[in-house]
Amino acid sequence: MSQVSTSPSMAALGATAKPERRDIGLRGRYAAERRFRLYGMAAIAFGLVFLFLLLFSVVSKGYTAFQQSMITIPVEFSEQIIDKDNERATNPQKLVSANYPVVARNALAKVLGVSEDDRQGLRAINGMISDSVRTQLRDLVTADPSIIGTTRTVSFLAHGDLDSAFKGQIDLSVAENNRKISDKQIGWMNQLAESGALAKHFNTGIFVNGASSRPEAAGVGVAAVGSLYMMLIVLVLALPIGVAASIYLEEFAPKNRFTDLIEVNINNLAAVPSIVYGLLGLAVFVNFAGFPRSASLVGGLVLTLMTLPTIIIATRSALKAVPPSIRAAALGLGASKMQTVFHHVLPLAMPGILTGTIIGLAHALGETAPLLLIGMVAFVADIPSTPLEPATALPVQIYMWANEAERAFVERTSGAIIILLIFLILMNVGAILLRRRFERRW
Amino acid sequence: MNIMSEAAVEKALDKKMNDISYKMIGKDVSVYYGDKRALYDVNLNVRENTVTALIGPSGCGKSTFLRTLNRMNDTIEGCRVTGRITLDTDDIYDPNIDVVELRARVGMVFQKPNPFPKSIYENVAYGPRIHGLAKAKADMDGIVESSLQKAGLWNEVKDRLHEGGTGLSGGQQQRLCIARAVAVSPEVILMDEPCSALDPIATAKVEELIHELRANFTIVIVTHSMQQAARVSQRTAMFHLGNLVEENDTDKMFTNPDDQRTQDYIMGRFG
Repeated sequence: MSQVSTSPSMAALGATAKPERRDIGLRGRYAAERRFRLYGMAAIAFGLVFLFLLLFSVVSKGYTAFQQSMITIPVEFSEQIIDKDNERATNPQKLVSANYPVVARNALAKVLGVSEDDRQGLRAINGMISDSVRTQLRDLVTADPSIIGTTRTVSFLAHGDLDSAFKGQIDLSVAENNRKISDKQIGWMNQLAESGALAKHFNTGIFVNGASSRPEAAGVGVAAVGSLYMMLIVLVLALPIGVAASIYLEEFAPKNRFTDLIEVNINNLAAVPSIVYGLLGLAVFVNFAGFPRSASLVGGLVLTLMTLPTIIIATRSALKAVPPSIRAAALGLGASKMQTVFHHVLPLAMPGILTGTIIGLAHALGETAPLLLIGMVAFVADIPSTPLEPATALPVQIYMWANEAERAFVERTSGAIIILLIFLILMNVGAILLRRRFERRW
Repeated sequence: MNIMSEAAVEKALDKKMNDISYKMIGKDVSVYYGDKRALYDVNLNVRENTVTALIGPSGCGKSTFLRTLNRMNDTIEGCRVTGRITLDTDDIYDPNIDVVELRARVGMVFQKPNPFPKSIYENVAYGPRIHGLAKAKADMDGIVESSLQKAGLWNEVKDRLHEGGTGLSGGQQQRLCIARAVAVSPEVILMDEPCSALDPIATAKVEELIHELRANFTIVIVTHSMQQAARVSQRTAMFHLGNLVEENDTDKMFTNPDDQRTQDYIMGRFG
């Protein structure tokens, strides 16, 4: 009423009617919102900085591991050295145990013009050639004994120290006695590099070789195969068991104290430290069941136990997220419970289940501690042909290389981390693609 | 059915109305959710080829009663039903009755349209497929077409049967759900507020459809809209606080109800 009566008088005064606005704290609310947004951006920036630092440090240290220095020179397979008495026809062992490093050493000495009487010079030359040349030349000769007595151009690995020096990783300002490579060897290195005999090549060895105490010949082959076996075992065991358990618990089991207890325990199992699973695996699978130690079968079983809770929790939440109206629709049509679950609920939950499974697998792929306990931290040089043979795993290989003293293992450690990260990225991309493939609107 | 003339429909219905036959009989039906009692000794009979509307304020137990008729309450944890409900002569809570078979005989349409996230064709074909009603693909095509026709949807979707059912409008989705229920050839169709999520035009279409379906099916519909109950049903039952207040011919119910509470509810004095 009062407004009505005052408005004509205000109009008469010529003032514009401007109702007084209440202070509802807008300024403060917007300020709080701005502050919150800033905190969020700061948190993300912080995370990105550390992600960048991690990637930068790993990649900058590790990219050199994918190149390896090779010496390519004519090698004379001298009969004098390999099979002096010509007994290879009667004694095949002769070719296996011949002194191949000398063959390589003499070849390099010839290229560098070092006399065969200069014992010190020869020893220095020995220090430039990888010990792996022994098996490499032996394999060449045993595969084709007719090359004995001829001269072939052969590429073999340079010694790890020479490789490090060639990649510029050894500080040459340090006194000669305190570094692994002498001035004379550096001189030869430059000479070889100029003539093109010493060059960096793409390092396939890091992908296919097994463990080696010589860094230049060490690779993640055994570890990658071991990890692959374990991932397959985890996938084959954990996915069906986990999904079946979740479907039963979520869709069929009565909700009572017993199932509550199971649910609490599954959630607790997901939080059990992984090393405990390692002890369990050691006690049950190795000591009790008698499976071979260090085998990827045991590793896979342990990782399956570890991954199951993750898969069950992810699957249950994916099943819970399927709208109940879909279940009601199917049941109302006369579908049985089983048909409802398998025709309608499970397909809709599939993206969530797959995401959970791949997160679980990625978690298992990076797991180290339980594998140490079941003996997968071992020096395994030969690629295992079955999951029952000894193997290592990628993260264990990283752990072992990180403990090595040689300079050349530093780059390999980072190189192996890069390989592991690429594996993980591939798995996550796979998860995203699968989710896209299965995703449906409702 | 869609080619049956209006006069023929009325004649068929009149014949059935004259000698009353009850499709479903509920005797002393009580429902408990855990310790809470939701229905008190309801005695309600559903007449054959009749639309029975269940009305009443929210929480009065009308949906609960509807869901006892095809045992959808079984899916609710802690729900218990006492009393006796028969479909024709079968006690549907008899342990020997298969609930899957029961639901094939008593179909259901829900409040919110809930098509499967599959194609229109698959939505309709799902029920007949799991019950093995079609031997060959041609049979299935026939069932799908006639069901969609009965639901009045055929002309709108016949060119896009293999597109997603969730891409339809709300009203079309609800008619798709009706087609899906019809495809199994049930004897009774339960509808739980089928129009509450629809606009007036879609509602009108669904109501018209209910009217037509009456010739072949017995229909029980829960509704919050008094006008809807008056438009579509021949019998109306009024629930209040878990009790059946009154059950009567719809015409009588809306003009001269026996019970004061019905009168008050219909006049909008409570609810």
